Amino acid sequence: MIVHLPILQVIIPLMAAPICLMLNRAKLVWLFALLASGLAFSISILLLQQVMTSGVISYELGGWQAPWGIEYRIDKLNAFLLLIISGISTVVLVAAQTSIEKEIPKDKHTYFYVLYLLSLTGMLGIVATGDAFNIFVFLEISSLSAYALIAMGQKRQALWASYQYLIMGTIGATFILIGIGLMYQMTGTLNMQDLSQRLPEVAQTRTVFVSFAFVIVGVCLKLAMFPLHLWLPNAYAYAPSIVTAFFAATATKVAVYLLIRFTFSVFGLSFSFTTIPLQTLFMALGLLGIFVASTTAIYQSNVKHLFAYSSIAQIGYMIVGFSVSTVAGLTATLLHMFNHALMKGAIFLALAAVIYRVGNVELKNFRGLGRQMPLTMAAIVIGGLSLIGVPLTVGFVSKWYLLTALVEQGWWPIAVLILLGSMLAVVYVWRVIEVAYFKEPLDPSIKVKEAPMSFLIPIWTLVIANIYFGIDTRLSVQVAEAAAQSLFGVSP
Amino acid sequence: MLIGLFNDWIVVILMMIGLYIVIAHGNLIKKLIGLTIFQTSVFIFYISMAKVDGGTAPILADGITQYSNPLPHVLILTAIVVGIATTALGLSLVVRIKETYNSIEEEEIQQQDNEEQLSMNKAEENA
Repeated sequence: MIVHLPILQVIIPLMAAPICLMLNRAKLVWLFALLASGLAFSISILLLQQVMTSGVISYELGGWQAPWGIEYRIDKLNAFLLLIISGISTVVLVAAQTSIEKEIPKDKHTYFYVLYLLSLTGMLGIVATGDAFNIFVFLEISSLSAYALIAMGQKRQALWASYQYLIMGTIGATFILIGIGLMYQMTGTLNMQDLSQRLPEVAQTRTVFVSFAFVIVGVCLKLAMFPLHLWLPNAYAYAPSIVTAFFAATATKVAVYLLIRFTFSVFGLSFSFTTIPLQTLFMALGLLGIFVASTTAIYQSNVKHLFAYSSIAQIGYMIVGFSVSTVAGLTATLLHMFNHALMKGAIFLALAAVIYRVGNVELKNFRGLGRQMPLTMAAIVIGGLSLIGVPLTVGFVSKWYLLTALVEQGWWPIAVLILLGSMLAVVYVWRVIEVAYFKEPLDPSIKVKEAPMSFLIPIWTLVIANIYFGIDTRLSVQVAEAAAQSLFGVSP
Repeated sequence: MLIGLFNDWIVVILMMIGLYIVIAHGNLIKKLIGLTIFQTSVFIFYISMAKVDGGTAPILADGITQYSNPLPHVLILTAIVVGIATTALGLSLVVRIKETYNSIEEEEIQQQDNEEQLSMNKAEENA
């Protein structure tokens, strides 16, 4: 059994999805989906333990030997990502039943869980697999279900946002497909481990350059890296709240993982950063992303929009850490992936609770909520402080590591810019806090109740995780550091 | 050069046509058609990559020593399925967009969204 964990990780949510259709009873389906996601989460914990103690796990699908058959390869990086994705998915699902009651028509509830599980399958698959073409397939599984999930939003804008995401997402995925095809043409293999050994022989050919370009642009589209981020704000803002919470915390992380996997493992460090001036380009785009997206966030009147733009800015931090291309920089990026999942998960779940009670998340309707929904608003405050990077929250940990990585390289000006970027986060988080706590409600006769327990439990689980991992950084830092070192150390 | 890379030329031309349609056209159905052409060009690229000069279908038979590479064909079978799913989902989204916006032109949809936003802002000012 323990040998088959890597495939069980992916196959449990995959098999659970069609079974949901058969159960077809709202509450039952919810419990079942929760069970499947929870199982995936426990498997990811086991996998992480196994990887940390005994190293890389290689699983051959159907017993076919590696370069010919499909291989699932779990190293520290994958295991870390699997933990983030399945963990967030499980926590978010706890609130799903209550939240979609108000946002999605009753007859569509089963489909919601089916799509949710398929999307989870796709993300776990992308991360678990060691085969380049498999990545494309899982990418499309997760994206197709994501488009359908987003289209389930209440407003008609959700349809339009989903359509735009479909166009951009498909172009991105097809770019990745072209890149993989060109790699296959040059090396005759799709196994990423094998690719990393064979690509250096042909590294100086135009075909490999082109394939690298296609893969990177494709991944960056999925990543919503500035300036390819245009699909993200509307998709996040109009999707059902639970979907937003799930995707904001996981989807872009998967794309960051792909970026790291392709540049560090497949193409190799020297090719990605020496042959091609990726460093300067990504540093510039990352910084621009931080500033443009944070500034745009300040001017949003819809709080979901506001935090969606803030997500793009946070991706900027990950990109900056990535482009430092040292162990310290990469550690900062991996840490920020983990931490950002915690903060955005908490914030968007809290927004889901606001939608449940108030009906929408227009900033003006936040007036007085600080007193009416104290626990939910406190969660947004702590999540917001974490976004800014206040000490004792996870946000501080990853910003600290990022700054040390930059200073280590002697890049003071960039470190200063990062700090300035955090100041912008103060502004947009403050706007929400100000309205919620210091403005009287528009209509005092309307009594808004605190969110139900089914929201508060998952929200506060994440909030407490935000603080816990901000103080006790052993787990996150140790794993992130080990993953970063293995990417540099065993560099192919 | 031109003849030898005939397939590649076709691939690139189709790819550019597809991408151009996606970007340049405002009609949602046309965009999807462009997307499909774009994807199809990639299918052709994979399939022609697998062709070995003088090779036949990879079925064991007497007297045949050279086979084309079957792997890309299999990959593309999967990619075709994905492509169909994408097109189907895209088209069903267009149907629902038509139902709610009563238009499938990008400009008109965006205009409606903007007007809605404006009227919301106005209502806010009045309140």
